[in-house]
Amino acid sequence: MSTLHTEEMTLNMGPQHPSTHGVLRFVVRADGEVMREAIPDVGYLHRSIEKIAEKVGYHGFMPYTDRVDYVCAMFTNQGWGMACEKLANIEVPHRGEYCRVIAAEFNRIASHLLSVGAMAMDIGAVTPFTHAIREREMINDLIEELCGARLTFNYMRIGGVAWDLPPGWREKALAYLDHFDPILEEYNALISWNKIYIERLANVGVITPAEAINYNLVGPNLRACGIKWDIRKDIPYSVYPEFEFDVPIGDGHWGKLGDSMDRYVVRIREMAESSKILRQALQKIPGGPVLAKVARNFKPPKGECQIRLESGRGDMGWYVVSDGTGYPWRVHVRTGSFAAMGIIQKLSAGLMIADLVTLIASLDVIAPEIDR
Amino acid sequence: MDTLVQNLIASGAFGKNASPSMVAALVVFIMSAVVFLGVAFPFAGIVSWAERRVWARIQSRVGPNRVGPQGFLQWLADGVKHVCKEDIIPDESDAPLFKMAPYLVMLAFTLPWAVMPFSSSLILADLNVGILYMTSVTALTVVAVLMAGWASNDKWSLIGGIRSAAQIVSYEIPAGLSIFPVVLMTGTLSMQGIIRAQGWAPQHWFLFANPFTFVAANILYISALAEGNRTPFDLPEAESELVAGFATEYSGMRYLFFFMAEWGNLFIIGAIIATLFLGGWQFPHVTKNVIAMNILQAITFNVKVLFLVFVSMWIRATLPRVRIDQLMTLCWKYFVPISFVNMIGTAVWVAIWPDGNSLMGYIMLAAAIALAAVFTQRVIYYLRRSRMEVYFNPTI
Amino acid sequence: MESLQILERVKNQFGDRILEISDHKPDSFAVIDPKAVVEIGKFMNQDPELAMDCLSNETGVDYKDRIEVVYHLFSYSKRHTAVLKVKLPRDNPSVATLEGVWKSANWMEREIFDLIGVNFEGHSDMRRILMPEDWIGHPQRKDFVEPAEYHGISTVRESPIIRLDTKKK
Repeated sequence: MSTLHTEEMTLNMGPQHPSTHGVLRFVVRADGEVMREAIPDVGYLHRSIEKIAEKVGYHGFMPYTDRVDYVCAMFTNQGWGMACEKLANIEVPHRGEYCRVIAAEFNRIASHLLSVGAMAMDIGAVTPFTHAIREREMINDLIEELCGARLTFNYMRIGGVAWDLPPGWREKALAYLDHFDPILEEYNALISWNKIYIERLANVGVITPAEAINYNLVGPNLRACGIKWDIRKDIPYSVYPEFEFDVPIGDGHWGKLGDSMDRYVVRIREMAESSKILRQALQKIPGGPVLAKVARNFKPPKGECQIRLESGRGDMGWYVVSDGTGYPWRVHVRTGSFAAMGIIQKLSAGLMIADLVTLIASLDVIAPEIDR
Repeated sequence: MDTLVQNLIASGAFGKNASPSMVAALVVFIMSAVVFLGVAFPFAGIVSWAERRVWARIQSRVGPNRVGPQGFLQWLADGVKHVCKEDIIPDESDAPLFKMAPYLVMLAFTLPWAVMPFSSSLILADLNVGILYMTSVTALTVVAVLMAGWASNDKWSLIGGIRSAAQIVSYEIPAGLSIFPVVLMTGTLSMQGIIRAQGWAPQHWFLFANPFTFVAANILYISALAEGNRTPFDLPEAESELVAGFATEYSGMRYLFFFMAEWGNLFIIGAIIATLFLGGWQFPHVTKNVIAMNILQAITFNVKVLFLVFVSMWIRATLPRVRIDQLMTLCWKYFVPISFVNMIGTAVWVAIWPDGNSLMGYIMLAAAIALAAVFTQRVIYYLRRSRMEVYFNPTI
Repeated sequence: MESLQILERVKNQFGDRILEISDHKPDSFAVIDPKAVVEIGKFMNQDPELAMDCLSNETGVDYKDRIEVVYHLFSYSKRHTAVLKVKLPRDNPSVATLEGVWKSANWMEREIFDLIGVNFEGHSDMRRILMPEDWIGHPQRKDFVEPAEYHGISTVRESPIIRLDTKKK
């Protein structure tokens, strides 16, 4: 009996493709519907932000950090601020830290909402996306009131935050949280426990814990592999030690540990935890100034440092080298999406083309964060 | 018909030597053109508007509301826009096939309307093989879609076309097998014959005739959704995977043809189910006036069909898409065996109760009402629990 | 373990191949012999006391007289961190790849190759990652001058303000 001969097909997915979350490109070698390999090709959004930092100085770089990851710009703001503060040994006022945490946690919810909504849309369900966006819009309204912008916030400064909470904002934020908590359950009823949804996500793109660490996966992607690791708990920064919250991890309830469904569920649960942190922060917020006195001509001493913080896409590292002048000598951002993209080529072998889309969505990669 | 032709010739409109058969053919052409242009195309357009409005409401958006009252004329505006657009034919494509594919889709979409039983006398051609004709001409779509996918010379189109071919050919089998129980019970393939075998009351519908037909109706509906490329089976044009599937390279009117066929097919899907299982146009004899009766029957039929169209919109707005292997598993491992069981079960049922079992009708109807009540109660429960404002007024 | 203790332990193992240990604040680091990168990496990864299971960051810095490649190592099991550096000449900088020890090095080394121009020997896929394949030069180097055009596309945008001025004249 002669065996059926099939031919391998090379597919070019992107850079203009509806589900590549920005501008990514994959060269897919596929045998029919089954992929042999998907080779990521990044760099379409490379703006050399690290080089810009060397030209614009410490204060001037803050608006540019928004563009590193526009979906959760609060964290990139905070990361740059923290790196500079560590270099120059600046103490952020207590209220300033609270403002940072509140803004950042709201941003985390917004980022995760976009992630889970886009994931549902990539699987073909359009309604959850609009519901997620509806909630995100309300958060955007709150943040707009806080800093005047809805996407690229530029809220934080070296040594604190730019503006204090506006009058009445605290009550509005608390009212929103009261509204948001049941919405999560509604969202779960709408999509998370849908049979087709689980079938599409469970057992797809399984990452073992050892692999996850070796490939330097971070944040929700790492926690979905069953590793209880959160920078906010384990290398505490800012005022996070003052809050009670859990670190949700994947348990492989629907399929294998570390599959796409675990990554999805971890994000859903993290939103609830963020809401918990926000409630505590809004209730405990102390008085006082929000911005430390920092020289306008900010010149940190010669040296270098690395800071890590938990962004929406996980452990974000800022490596800054200062030569004692008003301009940083070198800035490097280690982002979660960059590491997550590195593992796609390995995971893609044997998956179907439809699964590649869910895999990208479940790793929550954001193109500007990869390319910077 | 003959008298109409005779009158036309006598009126001298076609000259003295007009042959009766030619005039008859012309009359049929004009009549069918009126049906297609007057019913099929506007229906497809209006469904596109209705779908966007229904979707928008489910997704807490507003939807198109600018063109005409409540945005009702949006479909006309879209049609005009698409006609005015440039018709792009890629250099590397197989041009004749590429141009022909949309026409073939339209052919597959318009032919079933010939046997559409709107009322007891409002039917273009009551073929004695009506339902067989219906299933066979709708299957023409697969040729057109495959043609479009291949001729585009685009890999995404090709994958879309192949997916569509695999999907439609597979789901033809459970769909065909689910029609058999009804044919077994009525002994006819004619659309009108099948409807006349049912009554106006729900317990006389074939949906509730016995448990096997109930299952068959559900399988037929799901298979028809799969054949019509509707969510959760919209893999051939899966936007997030294949860009636009087989229609990726099309633009302007040719692109619109594919989607008009898709929306128009919703009516055909609904009509098949309504005819076979929901009593078609059957309405109680309230008046002796034939015209009034026909109008009432047409309204009944359309209400049933539009309800099914609405359900398919609802499904599309709610469910995610399945993967190709899950799609095939569902068809070959579940639907095909269950369809065979249905067929044999109905055959046995008909052998035991040749005239049907009226008690079973009442029991099944009661069960269905109970099921619907539970469903409604759950919907109300979730609506109450959701803290968002829910508006039932469709004109907001 | 404290960062300095870790570096001392590596120093005890490798002796003079650790060229320098600096307790610079806020992050202390060790400068190591470029030839011993893989050996030291493997030791730090496999030593049960250190168990550096994650290469959390790898980046290059151009100091005008030398190029440094900086490794930020991290251990998830021991929860400690260490910083290693290698100093390389500016002409044809080359160092062995750590891809065999930590898989995450693959992409980060490609980025360093692309932006700083360090060649990683033994790397499985040494291609540009962020810049186009046919780009000339390494943008993160301090003496990099941006070419005026790329494939006939201008890389500078005319300032609209200047254009207004010239129109007035």
